[in-house]
Formats: sequence, C-alpha cells, structure tokens
Amino acid sequence: MSTTGNILFSGVGGQGILLASEITAYALLSAGYDAKKSEVHGMAQRGGSVTAQLRYGKKVYSPLIEPGKADILVSFELMETARYLPYLHKESRVLVNSQQIKPPAVANGQIAYPVNALDSITDQGIDVVVVDAFDIAQEAGEVKAANVVMVGAMSTFLPMAVSVYEEIINTRVPERFREVNLKAFAAGRKITD
Amino acid sequence: MTDESSLWMSGNEAIAMGAYEAGVKVASGYPGTPSTEIMENLSKYEGVYTEWAPNEKVGLEVAIGASFAGVRALATMKHVGVNVAADPLFTVSYTGVRGGLVIITADDPEMHSSQNEQDNRNYAYAAKLPMLEPSDPAEAKEMLKEAFELSERLDTPVLFRITTRIAHVKGIVTKGEMLSSKVECGIEKSPAKFVMLPALARNRRKVVEERMIELVKIAESGEYNRIEDGDRKRGFITAGVAYLYVKEAFPDAAVLKLGMCWPLPENEIKAFAATVDELIIVEELDPFLEHHIKAMGVECHGKDCIPNQGELNTSIVRTSIDPDSAPELFAPAELPMRPPNMCAGCPHRGVFYNLSKMKDVFVSGDIGCYTLGFLPPLSAMDSCVCMGASVTIAHGMAKALGDAGKGKLISVIGDSTFMHTGINGLINSVYNDSTSVLVILDNRITAMTGQQNNPASGCNIKGEAANAINIEKLCKAVGVKHVEVVDPHDIKACKTALKKALELDEYAVVISRAPCVLLPEIKNAEHNPYLTTTENCQGCGTCVKLGCPAISWTPMTKDEAVAKGYKEKQKGYAVINEVQCNGCGQCFALCKFDAINRKGE
Ligand SMILES: Cc1ncc(C[n+]2csc(CCOP(=O)(O)OP(=O)(O)O)c2C)c(N)n1
Ligand code: SF4
Ligand code: SF4
Repeated sequence: MSTTGNILFSGVGGQGILLASEITAYALLSAGYDAKKSEVHGMAQRGGSVTAQLRYGKKVYSPLIEPGKADILVSFELMETARYLPYLHKESRVLVNSQQIKPPAVANGQIAYPVNALDSITDQGIDVVVVDAFDIAQEAGEVKAANVVMVGAMSTFLPMAVSVYEEIINTRVPERFREVNLKAFAAGRKITD
Repeated sequence: MTDESSLWMSGNEAIAMGAYEAGVKVASGYPGTPSTEIMENLSKYEGVYTEWAPNEKVGLEVAIGASFAGVRALATMKHVGVNVAADPLFTVSYTGVRGGLVIITADDPEMHSSQNEQDNRNYAYAAKLPMLEPSDPAEAKEMLKEAFELSERLDTPVLFRITTRIAHVKGIVTKGEMLSSKVECGIEKSPAKFVMLPALARNRRKVVEERMIELVKIAESGEYNRIEDGDRKRGFITAGVAYLYVKEAFPDAAVLKLGMCWPLPENEIKAFAATVDELIIVEELDPFLEHHIKAMGVECHGKDCIPNQGELNTSIVRTSIDPDSAPELFAPAELPMRPPNMCAGCPHRGVFYNLSKMKDVFVSGDIGCYTLGFLPPLSAMDSCVCMGASVTIAHGMAKALGDAGKGKLISVIGDSTFMHTGINGLINSVYNDSTSVLVILDNRITAMTGQQNNPASGCNIKGEAANAINIEKLCKAVGVKHVEVVDPHDIKACKTALKKALELDEYAVVISRAPCVLLPEIKNAEHNPYLTTTENCQGCGTCVKLGCPAISWTPMTKDEAVAKGYKEKQKGYAVINEVQCNGCGQCFALCKFDAINRKGE
C-alpha cells in the first residue's frame, strides 16, 4: 500500500478508546504495516472529549491526522462524532456508538443534548453506521466491552482477517475479559459484515 | 512488525527502555504530563533504582549525586519542572559529571495539560548545555542511549527534549544492545570540579566554554544531524516532531534534520543554506533555531510564515508555506463543550461546593485535579499560577489587604503539590504571621497525572510500603496551632471547619482527607451507589449544583410536571446514574426532601 490510512477514534475520557485503538493498531502491525498512534493522557481524560489518532501505511512520519484526511471515524459517543466533522472527507466511513453521555451543560439542564448531531455529517452525504454498542456489550456480558464491539464493527473496513483480531484479544487482553471481548468483537463485526 | 525484537511502544515507554539499555542505575523524577510514564515504566526494570521525588529540583539533585558517585543517572520532568530544577541545572553545567547524566524535559506545545507553553530549548542555550531532540519513539530510545555516551565523553550533563507528540505517540521500536558506564562507581573526591566556590567556579567556567567548542565539532560531525537530499529549490532546517510534518508536507525537498538542537553546526548550516534557493526553518514554538541561524548571517524564513504558538502538524506546515494549498474542509458542527470534570465521588468536590457558597472569599488555587473546581457549576477558584503558589499568593494578598482580607483568603492545595513546594509557603506563612487559611486536599495520591504515590501516600514508586509524611504533624511541627482534619464528603462538617478556620485570628490549616476514587481501594470496593427517589424530588436543584457527573437534571414543562404528579411549577427533577455513582454521599447530605438514598435503604 502506498498511501497512508487514517483512523480517528473519538469519545469521552474513560470509554476505553485506548484499548480499542490498541487492538486495531496491533492488527495493522501484524498485517505488515508501519503505524503511529497519538493518544491523549492527563487532564482531558477526566471525562473530557478525547481522541486517539491511528495512521498506517508503508512508512508513517506524522502521528497526527490532517483535517479532511480521516478515512475512518469511530466514535464512542453520539455527539462526539460531529465534533470531528472537519477531519472527514466525502468518502470517510463513520461508525457511531449510539450511547449518549451528557456534557456538563446538558446535565445541569442549561441546554438539551444535541440528539440530531449526526445530521451535520449525513447532510454532507457521508454514510454513518450507528451501532448500539452498549446494548450489544451488555448482551455479551459486560457493558465495558462496548469498545470492542466498535472494533468488531470497524474490522470489516480493514483488510485483516478475523483470526488476527482474535489472536490479539487472546494475547493482549487480561484473561478474565477475553471471553466477553471475543463475543463482543464477533457481535460488532456482524453489524457491518 | 514481524520480527521478535520489534515492539509497539509509546515514546515514554521507549525512553524507559533506552534508559535501561543505556545502563542507568539511578533515576529520580516528579510526575508531570507528558513525562510521567517514563519513570513509571523504568521502575519496572530490574537493576535500576527509581523514585518519585517531591519536586524536580530534588529529583535532579538526586541524579547529580548518583552521577558524582559514578553511575549513569536520569532526571525526568515536564517543561515547567525545569524551572523548579533550574538552580542545580545551571551549576551542574559547570561541575560536569562522573557517570553519564541526562535530564529529560517533556515540553507541551498546545498546553494539552499545562499552564504555559515555554520552549525549553532556551534552557540549553542559557545553561550552556548540549540538547538532543528526537522526532519519534524509535529515535528517542536510540538517542537517549547516545546522550549518556555523550555525557561521559564530554563530561557534561545532557538535556534531552521531547514533546507531547513523542511522549504519547506509539510507534515501532526495536530492542537494542545493553551499554554500561565507562566510569567506576565509588567515592571520588575532586573538589576543584565539584565544589563550586567562586574561585573554583571561575575555572570551571572556562571548561564550559572549551566544552562548547568540542560540542560544536560534534554537531558539525554529522553524528546527530543529517542532510536528506532532495529538491533544492526549497530547503528546510528542522528538528523534533516538526521534521515529521516537513517530510509529509514537502516529501521531495532537501532537509537538514537536527538531532542536536544545541549547539548548532554553523558550518554545516551555512553550507546547506548555500545550496538551496530558499531556506525555511520549521520549528514548534519559539524561533530558537531561526534566531541563532539568522545570527550566523544566514538568510531564511521561519516565524514569518510558521506559527509561533501551539502545535504544528502537516497541514499547518504545508499551508503556512503554500497558502494556496489549503484544502476545503467541512465546517465544524456547533456542539456543547465537553470539558474535563472531577470524577463522580471525587473528595475535592465537597470542599469546592462549600467554597462556591462563600462568594466574598478569594480562593487562591493550585494545580491538580482540584483545579477543575474552577469550572461551573462550582466556579470556586480565583487564581492558579504554578505549583505551590496557592499558599504564597494568599499570604501576599493577606499582607496587602490587611484587615480587609481577614476571613476572606483561602488557599487550596493538593497533597502532592503541598509536598512539592507548598511546604515552603507554609513555613513562610507561619514565620511571617499570615492571616489566610490553608486547605490541604489530601486524597492520598498525585491524581491528576494518573495516581502516582508521593511522600504522604505511604508507598513508593513501585507501590511498596514506604515512610509516610504525616501532614498534620508536619503542620504542627512548623508551628501551626489550629490544624483540623475533615471528611470532605461530610458537607456540613466541612463547612463548619472552613468557617471556624476563617474566623480565627491566626494562620489555620484544614486538611480535607478522603481517597481519590480512582485508587484501587475505592475502585475495587463494593459498588454501593445512591439512588434518587424521583417522586420525592422537589426540583430544588441543590444536588445538581455539585456538578457530579453522575447527577443529571431532567427538565419538565408544566404539563409534564402535572402528568408526572409534581407541582405545576416544578421545572424538573434530578436523577442519579447508578452505574456512575461512586457512593460518596455528598448529594445525600444536601438533599432536604429524602429524594436521595443509599440503594436498598
Ligand atoms: C513544576 C510542575 N511540576 C509538575 C506539574 C504537573 N502537575 C500538576 S499538578 C500535579 C500534582 C497534583 O497532585 P495533587 O496536588 O495531589 O492533586 P490531585 O491531582 O491529587 O488532586 C502535577 C504533578 C506542574 N504543573 N508543575
Ligand atoms: S482522579 Fe481522583 S482526585 Fe482526580 S477528579 Fe477523580 S477522584 Fe478526584
Ligand atoms: S453519591 Fe451523589 S455526589 Fe456522590 S457520586 Fe453518587 S451521585 Fe455523585
């Protein structure tokens, strides 16, 4: 592959974006790509908006995705998807967890949650796939595995085989969460397969 | 990434590995984003002594001591930490080293987690020290090892600068060979080198200048700096992460990449400049390279096009140089902000809720998770400058205001920040008879940077039991007569303690003590949340004003209120999210209508 692929993960601090981006990164690496990933640590992780930026290709220099160049946006929270609209292009693929986490001004009752936030993306002709990752994870046995449901749903956008992800979950996830995560991955993948 | 020795690592993990491979024996640091994970990871390697120091000056001096004893030593800190450590830094430049000594400064362009955006390359110039600057995790690991070799070779401490986009970027890193110090560990007395009295320091001052000449030769040798040939119409000089952006924005251009950003290779720069039609210096933050290159008499572009604030990225670099290349982007959607917030059940909230009710009190704040008490709905912090400054600023205000400040000045500081530099301010406040009140927010840990132990925590960097400084005894020993410990979750007791301290005619300390909810003892405890009995809720909104992320407000129209059996004028009701609630009981303490109760009670 000559060009570089760009995957943007977005959501709220504490939603497991780091693990999701790690599994994806390991899958790309085992397929032989070079990769770089930028993470957010520190203050913003206390419930603020967070992203992880994953870039892969033959040789990757910059760890940051340029505006207008995200090929895949995986958002773990509904309205957080729209925050990264300037990163998208016409052919971007967007996956959204339908979960809503109220930002302070909404929780205080000052303003309403922007339930139609995805319109700003679909209005541009960009296809958005909404995943009820929370419910699916709950069914799989652990709500915290919603992040892996999203990885599963995204896996059909990338060339790696299912076995690659399974191997990563089996080797990189603590043993007591493996089973649930494998289930969550499979359930997520079904959605886009 | 097929071969075994290749690893997927963050810059900070790679640096820890580099320190291990370089044969570092002693490492000391104080947490600070984006540097923290270096020490955390290094502490997991066998054969390296690691510690959290109470502050960066202490940490650097510990590393200097280890170097004087003949082992390789590392000090790590965030950019502002170097300000704290600047005193030993400038003089260890004169003494030089025995075992290799490297000081890592982790700068934070864009201020992702910092109070300022200072460019610490300026310290290399000011302290007359070499500075190495890698571009990515793989290079960081290799370069750190070279830094130790350089340190011993030229008898110099070496500054090593990383930025957030190296520290917190993951990339492929290769395991390398183990090195060891060329110096023998042991006591060696060399007063002429180590005792910096004026007469001896004057001699060392000369050595520093001679060393700089040697360093320039190394800079010229191409050991750290390289030319990547390409189109010479436009040539770039760049360093650090900016190099990566240049490579992507202008892949065909000739580039002089500086791995050593101080001192500069004047001859090589001049020679490179002579072969390109137009020379552009691309660097984040200050025009550091640009100023020094212009001082060589070399004509170049730099901050006339590249921004001098915030982070760069490929697109900023490209469009600053070729404005016509700016792509058309989708306009940003209008969305509510999502700033960070203190966790559900955070002990700090109990104190800040009370402070938010004291409208005529000036809250002199400090840095830590509790700085979030500044944000609405609490909005209870009136200043925040640097670590430790809460105590001293309140004292300064007290002296300036005299009687007008009595009962109106409170400083708030975390336990780690108190240990860092708050203690000095406390001593001053006692000595010089302050009338302000000091609130120490003791959540047992350095929380903001990710739960590191500190001198009051009772554990060391590895989590093993350690001596714990007793904060109340310390305050008393220093001479504070009124020291009261309160549970911040008990909102009323907390209010009483604060009021009482404010009314006293002497310096008073209130210690708010309850653990951070991200500590294992709380995280692994039985989940025992509070629940809302919504039919009892009268819509007073008191609990919502705590700003706890587990509590949300459901607004109602008149009709909805009536339909739900509420009074017509009730505007909404509060709901606790059971999964998020950490059971601290603060909202329970505030609710007058029996609408909040422990689950199952
Ligand atoms: C000189 C300096 N060193 C390090 C930091 C990074 N830093 C900011 S606050 C803080 C400590 C916070 O711990 P504590 O005072 O216990 O408050 P908590 O976060 O636990 O509420 C650190 C390490 C800094 N801002 N300045
Ligand atoms: S990490 Fe700890 S101190 Fe920081 S906001 Fe959360 S509970 Fe409070
Ligand atoms: S008890 Fe109340 S204030 Fe404490 S965490 Fe639960 S909802 Fe928040």
